[in-house]
Amino acid sequence: MKITTLMKGAALAVSASIAVTTWAADTIKVGVLHSLSGTMAISETTLKDTVLMMVEEQNKKGGLLGKQLEAVVVDPASNWPLFAEKGRELLTQENVDVIFGSWTSVSRKSVLPVLEELNGLMFYPVQYEGEESSKNIFYTGAAPNQQAIPAVDYLMNDIEVERWVLAGTDYVYPRTTNKILEAYLKSKGVAEEDIMINYTPFGHSDWQSIIADIKKFGSEGKKTAVVSTINGDANVPFYKELGNQGISAEDIPVVAFSVGEEELSGFDTTPLVGHLAAWNYFQSVESSANAEFIAKWKAFAGEERVTNDPMEATYIGFELWVDAVEKAGTTDVDAVSDAIIGLSVPNLTGGTATMGKNHHLTKPVLIGEIQDDGQFEVVWETEGEVAGDAWSDFLPDSAPLIADWTAPIKCGNYNTITKTCSGQNY
Amino acid sequence: MFRHALTHKIFKTLMTLSLVFSVSLVQATSFEELSQELTIVKLSKAKAVVEQLEQTGHPLLLPLFEHMLAGDLYYRVSDGLLVSHSTVKGKLQIRALSTGELLDVTEADLEKIKVNNSLRIFLRSAIARIQLTSEDATERKAAVEALYKKMDSDTVATIASLRETETNASVRGAMDIVLAMDNAKNGSDVDARIASVTFLADSLEPAIRNLMIELADQVEEPRLAIEARVALNGIEGKIRFFNKVDTIFFGLSLGSVLLLASIGLAITFGVMGVINMAHGEMIMLGAYTTYVVQLLMPNYIDASIWVAIPAAFLVSGLMGVIIERGVIQFLHGRPLETLLATFGISLILQQLVRSVFSPLNRQVDTPSWMSGSIELNPVLFVTLNRFYIFIFALVVFALLVLILNKTSLGLHVRAVSQNRNMAKAMGIKTARVDAMTFGLGSGIAGIAGVALSQLTNVGPNLGQGYIIDSFMVVVFGGVGNLFGTLVAAFTLGIANKVLEPITGAVLASILVLIFIILFIQKRPKGLFPQKGRAAE
Repeated sequence: MKITTLMKGAALAVSASIAVTTWAADTIKVGVLHSLSGTMAISETTLKDTVLMMVEEQNKKGGLLGKQLEAVVVDPASNWPLFAEKGRELLTQENVDVIFGSWTSVSRKSVLPVLEELNGLMFYPVQYEGEESSKNIFYTGAAPNQQAIPAVDYLMNDIEVERWVLAGTDYVYPRTTNKILEAYLKSKGVAEEDIMINYTPFGHSDWQSIIADIKKFGSEGKKTAVVSTINGDANVPFYKELGNQGISAEDIPVVAFSVGEEELSGFDTTPLVGHLAAWNYFQSVESSANAEFIAKWKAFAGEERVTNDPMEATYIGFELWVDAVEKAGTTDVDAVSDAIIGLSVPNLTGGTATMGKNHHLTKPVLIGEIQDDGQFEVVWETEGEVAGDAWSDFLPDSAPLIADWTAPIKCGNYNTITKTCSGQNY
Repeated sequence: MFRHALTHKIFKTLMTLSLVFSVSLVQATSFEELSQELTIVKLSKAKAVVEQLEQTGHPLLLPLFEHMLAGDLYYRVSDGLLVSHSTVKGKLQIRALSTGELLDVTEADLEKIKVNNSLRIFLRSAIARIQLTSEDATERKAAVEALYKKMDSDTVATIASLRETETNASVRGAMDIVLAMDNAKNGSDVDARIASVTFLADSLEPAIRNLMIELADQVEEPRLAIEARVALNGIEGKIRFFNKVDTIFFGLSLGSVLLLASIGLAITFGVMGVINMAHGEMIMLGAYTTYVVQLLMPNYIDASIWVAIPAAFLVSGLMGVIIERGVIQFLHGRPLETLLATFGISLILQQLVRSVFSPLNRQVDTPSWMSGSIELNPVLFVTLNRFYIFIFALVVFALLVLILNKTSLGLHVRAVSQNRNMAKAMGIKTARVDAMTFGLGSGIAGIAGVALSQLTNVGPNLGQGYIIDSFMVVVFGGVGNLFGTLVAAFTLGIANKVLEPITGAVLASILVLIFIILFIQKRPKGLFPQKGRAAE
């Protein structure tokens, strides 16, 4: 009697341990490729936490395809070539089924060849300069026509801006965006001498003469605005100097594409009140989905934490991937990539996000004014969602290109004039 | 709180309903009703309400508009009572707008009345229109000047009638400019218009310059166009001159930052000959000290700088003495090893700050007396923070020169740096002098950190941004020569700022670097090389 129970117990224990091992081997692995140290850690750590929160949520709901999700976090340390190495590690050693990662365009460009070589799957959650559509990447942030162009339209039509300062940090995203904006402004009849373009290095802190130039440029009778692609902490001395030289948002508004709630948290925004930012999501947007997301985030990460646009993009990317895996019934990259096109999930601002054939999302565009509590007040938004356009229509080289990953084209850079799939490398 | 919100929601809906009727049926409403509407109206529709409000001419308009513009107008959620929100000596005060009575409510009971840019623009000119009849002459003058940009026939007519009774000469002067601008633009008599143009030709106001451009380009009145062109040329000549003055000031300001950052290095590297790669981190420690001091005295930000300066000197100076005693003294005469060791120290210090304060930038507040700018004329202004830092850099430099030349420590430092063995033979404790010198240089770097915390981001990487510049200045100026450092800092600052508008910020720094490399090829000992036996 005793012996049988013992044996029973032993058998149970053995089977239990077998169950545990099979269970452990049979998880779906989610790779997280965000910098947790170095200059980009400030922004990217938040996205890592977002993915971890989403994985936890999904597991509470019973996992995916009957399996639990398991997050595999690596740290590419804001070191661009390391993104390629860590991406390879995730795909070959950890055998992850999907990767959520990257922030700067240069890090995405670094990991892209690895993804294509090993047929990986990555969701990229940040607004970027466009001019790319890879078979293996889904772009859940805004393309230029979902952020920069509508922001310029708003300034032109609602604020009646006639002179433009395009100020940016000196690297690929601002340069490409400004190239597109310059072409767009000229197509709208803005004269060459009414556009001023200025680039500064990363972390620039001596803004006095540039701001004085902007002030001079803006005092010639025509309404002037600054379109800022200034990235990172150079924004703090930039806005400080604006305040010190007495330029208020009423005289010369600054609309920024890289300044969000996270960047504003922890410093006094009083001198910035009234300046603008263009995004597809603001924490202040009132919707039940957003309220629920903010509550979940604060419970997960801490009461003082804020939410921002790339977090929403990560959220949408994750939900879409989960739906696509369920639809395909497998985590196989090709099957999921086919299944995801055309899928829709609710976004956090009360609309829906649909994955297009070009691997870009539909998004609403919102313009917000900075408030003294570090939040944004929406002053303008598009009616409905705008579909992301991978190849800008305003650059002569990319205007004839489209991306379409469905049969029969199945190409990220299809030239509609020559009908060939080699418009350009990415 | 929740019930309050609910009742208010119902209240809001009712009000909106009644509003729809009131707006469509009876347009005119009283000040009380209109100001109440502010609490429920949508931001995009608020401007119409504010415009109507201005028509009422109510005595409370001015405080209402001013609080709204400043973003501290709130309302009580339970009953929609308008209140103002102000911070007096670090304490929040909430007052009823209508009575000015102090209310005992918390922030949770209040909801903010939101404003956007178009409202702010309107509020600013509305306030100016109200203040045209203010008791205070400076307010009246400011109001007239604020209206330069926003002139319409009503405003001009009001100003013309007020001009009759105005007693203050400077207000009258400002009013004359408005009337002359209006006459030059819309007058009927050509000679009178030309007279107005000549009258305005001395002013640098952007609005007047734009008016001149407009008049110079019109073709109906050729004589007027010629006069306007002459006036415009005069104005633009002046603007070009003041822009040059501006560039020089920007250059001096950048130079003073370079001077502050490098002057400590001029001592440790220039006088002692130690290549201290951790110099930037001494600056960073000074900046973090400012942050900590502000944390300790949050209600006295204006005075915090005066505490932070000696505190930063002590913190960085002490750290300097520790580094010298702990590491550098053992590496004496081995520059390569010193370089590597101090580089290691700089990494350790950065990581230390990251662990203690987090890798995120810290916010250092600017005292009120350092914010803003002095406007010397409409095109020339001096930002106060840069101005004070310029003065501060010169004071620190003068003090350092005094210490080196007039105190016994300075005498010992010079003796040791010129001939260590002889100094030792004369009974100078060289080890102690080394430690003190290094401490002095590091302490000055700490003071530079206090100044830099007002200009740039306070984060673990703060020092790295300045170490290269500092070495550049010291080498360019001539190693071991404090005055060389002074001249080099201002030369490089001005060169940078003269180049920047032409070439852009990135290319300007590259050109300056190339220039220094070429210069060092020609004169390896810098601008002011040391001469005689001291040079060896």
